[in-house]
Amino acid sequence: MTPVNSLASPQPTTLPRLLRGLGSGTATLSLDAHIATHGPLHIDIDAGSPNTTLHTTIAKSGIGGRGGANFPVSRKIDAVIAERRAPHVLINATEGEPPSHKDHVLLRSTPHLVLDGALVCAGVVGAREITIAVQAGSTAEHAALTAALTERRSQHMHPGIAITIATVPDGFVIGEERAVISAINGGPAKPTIAPPRPFQKGINGAPTLVQNAETAAHLALIARYGAEWFRSVGTPDEPGSALVTLTGAITKPGVYEVALGTRLNDLVATAGGLTESARAYLIGGYFGTWIDARDAHALTLSDADLRARGGGLGARAIIALPAHACGLHETARVANYLSNESAGQCGPCVHGLRAIADALDDLAKGNARAQADIERWLTLVAGRGACRHPDGAAKLIASALDVFADEIRAHTREKRCTASATKILPLPSPSSPKRKRA
Amino acid sequence: MSDQLRVNWIRCDAHGLCAELFPERITLDEWGYPIVDPTPIPKELRRHAERAVSQCPVLALSIERIEDPPRPPR
Ligand SMILES: Cc1cc2nc3c(=O)[nH]c(=O)nc-3n(C[C@H](O)[C@H](O)[C@H](O)COP(=O)(O)O)c2cc1C
Ligand code: SF4
Ligand code: SF4
Repeated sequence: MTPVNSLASPQPTTLPRLLRGLGSGTATLSLDAHIATHGPLHIDIDAGSPNTTLHTTIAKSGIGGRGGANFPVSRKIDAVIAERRAPHVLINATEGEPPSHKDHVLLRSTPHLVLDGALVCAGVVGAREITIAVQAGSTAEHAALTAALTERRSQHMHPGIAITIATVPDGFVIGEERAVISAINGGPAKPTIAPPRPFQKGINGAPTLVQNAETAAHLALIARYGAEWFRSVGTPDEPGSALVTLTGAITKPGVYEVALGTRLNDLVATAGGLTESARAYLIGGYFGTWIDARDAHALTLSDADLRARGGGLGARAIIALPAHACGLHETARVANYLSNESAGQCGPCVHGLRAIADALDDLAKGNARAQADIERWLTLVAGRGACRHPDGAAKLIASALDVFADEIRAHTREKRCTASATKILPLPSPSSPKRKRA
Repeated sequence: MSDQLRVNWIRCDAHGLCAELFPERITLDEWGYPIVDPTPIPKELRRHAERAVSQCPVLALSIERIEDPPRPPR
């Protein structure tokens, strides 16, 4: 009798998927170990013509981009192909968000998965050129990618496809796709006005498919195991697993892979629980939303659940704010950072975010009148920039005014702040201006 | 489908001329940047809109045909 699946398919039936085969250490999966873990990637990368079978599989998988916007990948592919010119693929591994480490972890520990995903992107649109963008400060990630590319070259893998690593300046807004593209094209490392969008005019003017590094890693597995496999975890609307960076008052902070739709409480339990009681959770990083810890018990990690609460999962950086910290002060610090990180080219973003950050400081010092100003300015910055930086910042700050209403009252009426812990939300250290991470 | 004014925020220098030329749809914020009322522009206001567009010193305004639903990714 012939055994079904005599090839011993490595298709994993449990999580982790992306982080499979990684020990607890920091070692990088070699090419051999990568293939032993995930199996070889058998796709027809007939550069120059889109691989329609692959396209169908990706469309059926229903995967949304993991860089923050959750935009359907298959629709971006459609848009790039519809341009009918030689396309380019850009893998966005800039991860400029201080509380997020997931893309860095992928690059350092499993760079071949990201490279496979980049090849899937190239195959599905018929591109010959791939650029992988990392920030200048990401030296370890750059080294891991370079070593992985060297391994592949020595084995003469996919000779028809050129893969380049592009180093772009450090920063927060540089991660916006048009800023990455402008920097790669030799222009300022700042967002450009849209249209044109990357699918119309990206790297060297070519229609460019831009996907986040984690999105690419998922595509590498979808191409291997199929759409149904991908959809076997997650929710019907938000299928698959996702990487979450969980920090703050957490016993074992770090990057976790969870099924979308997982309860926040279950993730926190997996991470060893809280180190002390939490006052609130910041979900979705610095474009995210504060959720009162008392409202968090039923929260699931899905855009749908967070949208119902006025937020979004973003790139899934989550910070548990300990009860000893002050959400108002913490938000004021981040607002100041986000204002400083403005690319400085759109008036409402430049003036508005500065005014809001200063007013938040005032509010934290007890000036109650600052709140009305902040509320008015928040309505003035959203939707009034070349990119969505001001929109993201405004969302975060608006949720702070809501969730930390008690703290605001204590500051303005009783002139007191009970916080004993400070600087919980990570910011790049001043010694290395834009560098973050421990 | 409707016509709307669109600001190129990178170009706009807060000259404020547009608000004078098209007060029916444009006011200024406290820093002098235009606040555009998104209500579609009817035929009778079209000339005002076009004047604001052509007179902006840095050509930061355009009239856009908005197809619903709008284009996402951020
Ligand atoms: C201010 C700003 C910063 C961004 N930073 C990043 C980033 O660091 N990494 C990233 O992948 N996407 C970032 N994005 C989103 C990208 O513009 C783009 O949508 C994404 O890379 C597309 O990949 P995806 O569809 O696979 O998520 C940022 C967007 C904005 C507005
Ligand atoms: S909105 Fe702000 S961050 Fe975005 S391009 Fe304009 S100035 Fe730069
Ligand atoms: S006239 Fe032009 S530059 Fe002046 S505020 Fe209006 S759009 Fe901006």
